[in-house]
Amino acid sequence: MITLLNYTLAFAAILMLVALGGCVSEHSGVINLGLEGIMVIGALGGALVMKLMPTVGGFGLFFLVLLAAVFFGMIYSTLLAFACINLKADQTIVGTALNMLGTALATVFVKSMNLKESAGNNTSSVIKYENKKAFFTNIGNFELNWFMIVALVMLIVVFVLLYKTKFGLRLRACGEHPQAAASVGISVFKMRWAGVLLSGLLGGLGGITYITTGVSEWKFEEGVFGFGFLSLAVMIFGAWDPIRIGGAAILFGFFRAIGRVYPGIAFLRNLNIPPAVYNMLPYIVCLIVLAFTSKKSRAPKAEGIPYDKGMR
Amino acid sequence: MEKPYAIEMLNITKRFPGIIANDNITLQLRKGEIHALLGENGAGKSTLMSVLFGLYQPEEGVIKKDGQVVKINDPNDANRLGIGMVHQHFKLVECFSVLDNIILGVEPNKAGFLQKDEARKKVVSLSEKYGLQVDPDAIIEDISVGMQQRTEILKMLYRENEILIFDEPTAVLTPQEIEELMQIMKGLAKEGKSILFISHKLNEIMEVADRCSVLRKGKYIGTVDIANTTKEELSRMMVGRDVEFVVPKDPANPKDVVLDVQGMTVASKLHHNNAVKNVSFKVRRGEIVCIAGIDGNGQTELVYGISGLEPLKGGKIELLGHDITKAPIRKRLLQGMGHIPEDRHKHGLVLDYSLENNMVLQRYFEPEFTTKAGFLRKDNIRKYAEGLIEKFDVRSGQGPITPARAMSGGNQQKAIVAREIDRRPELLIAVQPTRGLDVGAIEFIHKQIVNHRDSGHAVLLVSLELEEVMSLSDRILVMYEGEIVGELDPKKTTVEELGLYMAGAKRTEVKA
Repeated sequence: MITLLNYTLAFAAILMLVALGGCVSEHSGVINLGLEGIMVIGALGGALVMKLMPTVGGFGLFFLVLLAAVFFGMIYSTLLAFACINLKADQTIVGTALNMLGTALATVFVKSMNLKESAGNNTSSVIKYENKKAFFTNIGNFELNWFMIVALVMLIVVFVLLYKTKFGLRLRACGEHPQAAASVGISVFKMRWAGVLLSGLLGGLGGITYITTGVSEWKFEEGVFGFGFLSLAVMIFGAWDPIRIGGAAILFGFFRAIGRVYPGIAFLRNLNIPPAVYNMLPYIVCLIVLAFTSKKSRAPKAEGIPYDKGMR
Repeated sequence: MEKPYAIEMLNITKRFPGIIANDNITLQLRKGEIHALLGENGAGKSTLMSVLFGLYQPEEGVIKKDGQVVKINDPNDANRLGIGMVHQHFKLVECFSVLDNIILGVEPNKAGFLQKDEARKKVVSLSEKYGLQVDPDAIIEDISVGMQQRTEILKMLYRENEILIFDEPTAVLTPQEIEELMQIMKGLAKEGKSILFISHKLNEIMEVADRCSVLRKGKYIGTVDIANTTKEELSRMMVGRDVEFVVPKDPANPKDVVLDVQGMTVASKLHHNNAVKNVSFKVRRGEIVCIAGIDGNGQTELVYGISGLEPLKGGKIELLGHDITKAPIRKRLLQGMGHIPEDRHKHGLVLDYSLENNMVLQRYFEPEFTTKAGFLRKDNIRKYAEGLIEKFDVRSGQGPITPARAMSGGNQQKAIVAREIDRRPELLIAVQPTRGLDVGAIEFIHKQIVNHRDSGHAVLLVSLELEEVMSLSDRILVMYEGEIVGELDPKKTTVEELGLYMAGAKRTEVKA
């Protein structure tokens, strides 16, 4: 049971971070479909630090990895911001392009790096299990990953930022009615950039969380297995509200965790359901839940529409 | 003694490619006065206001505030000078509270954290001082249009603006709300605020304004004291000729039935009840039947039912003897129905299409506009659109290729009227056909509707304007809470009696 809880919280942390990223971006009016790609690039940043600074250990390493992931995620998200805000490109297409580019870019980069080191090594994995020890501590059987704490902190930070600060009020106004925001002197341009950069930050965090908790041996060419999209589902199910996103992330994380640990649970193992079904669970639940809730939950009104001063 | 000028726009000229939007216009607003700015759709009022707000830079002319020349580069400059505006389409975030909308952009905060309590106190005291009733914690999308407008006014007062601009503020209000707004504006002027009131409704200008400046086709015509002028004088200045407020028409000569509605029931999208309850009526050739009523009593759904935008829950509709209860919309159109919709943006036009493509929306598949192989005959479409533009005086920047979105509301409406009437439909359904239009355009559209009747067609008119109901219709059906509660003859009834029916205070049995 502890393993189930462990995995649930680990997956929930990833989903929560990335969904919060999507949430901030959409509240500013930009749909960020490129979260998958941002996660991969953020993870790449973190992984590189782990590889290149093997001497740093403990909390220092954790901190550096976190910074690198955040930095890489934000840098990568500037592509989305520049294309969608400055050039008014179609946000769906740019997001999709970022997803494809992210995985491909990271794979090529890591493979060539590995090949240069030793001629026969054309895998695209960077980090080994021992590297990851800096990121968790054991409480009994429970493996507490520091990023779970980070996710919880970010949940509170995003909530306060969106609903208790001047910045949040202005950000949300830009996602709902940019013309109204502009008419009272708010720069829609700057607020949307801020929204996308923050989503890059959170997406990068989600990416590094994914490779330090979710998988034991990770190859860049595998991407993040749809976690970016699953996070968008979490965001929609959470109705663009940070607290509800937190709840939704735990729910989805739970189903994902079942797929991972069901062989260890006698009751589920005895049901004799093919393992594929368990692996499909989070996605099926996602489909069903969205079919029923996506119509009711209310997206920021102006999201996806490039801001045009002249439009009424 | 004359009060000093609060803001002056002197000899403003603003050109756009191919058009002079403002040609040497002077507008001087005194402290504490209500100054009306009158002009037809497309006369240059919006451009002038955009210049005042720094959205456009004029080629010539200066702006003075309290006698000092000022440069306004963007709306923030205008805000700093104390100029505020209630836009025709409100600039409110719908899912925010009234308070959040008011403080947006000037949020009281400590280290970035919102301090709403002091803002709330200020808003409450302002709303008491000026009689602007609002609930600061209500969400915008839940409150009435009138209260939304009061929120906009509070936004300006909260910023301590001295110069308040109202851009066609009454277009969206009910008669009661208009009356309240007039009182509010007078109260604001008494407190020393200078008000610029943009409108083309002469009655309102006569009631509330001190002076009035008139624009016509981008030119400045003059400024008059309201005390020394008349409605006729103002409309002559605005349109450049005498305007008939009531279109002359002969008595109706109804012939055979065109539209026969039996026991129609339509569900409401907004609430669980039926919006139209068991309604029956007939419309004959050669008559204009008007559905009158206060907005939201089922008129919209009634038209949706007849035009096919919404399925019926019960009842039957016949058009020229054919049962069209379940017919698709195109079939209804081909069988002789024309529809000038209530919401021209939602159901009237494809805003991102050009004017010419909008004009053939219901006809593009006819052999005149499509070859046998299925290609559009662009040249015929162009020719047809040019004909309609000429005949119905539809004004736009680039003629047939103007995107519909770029046209003024009045000309968008004219384009729809042109398209519908030119098809010579047996039954023309016209829903608030003159909403938001100036007197010249109203006169034109009323004439078109009367002509359509006189050429032997049926007209079903839905209107909220009592003047229009009384002057245009041959028969009035009053709708109240989804039912037809009275049938009146406009020649034998009075506005007061009509009002009693509309308010549900009076009711008689109506047989279709």
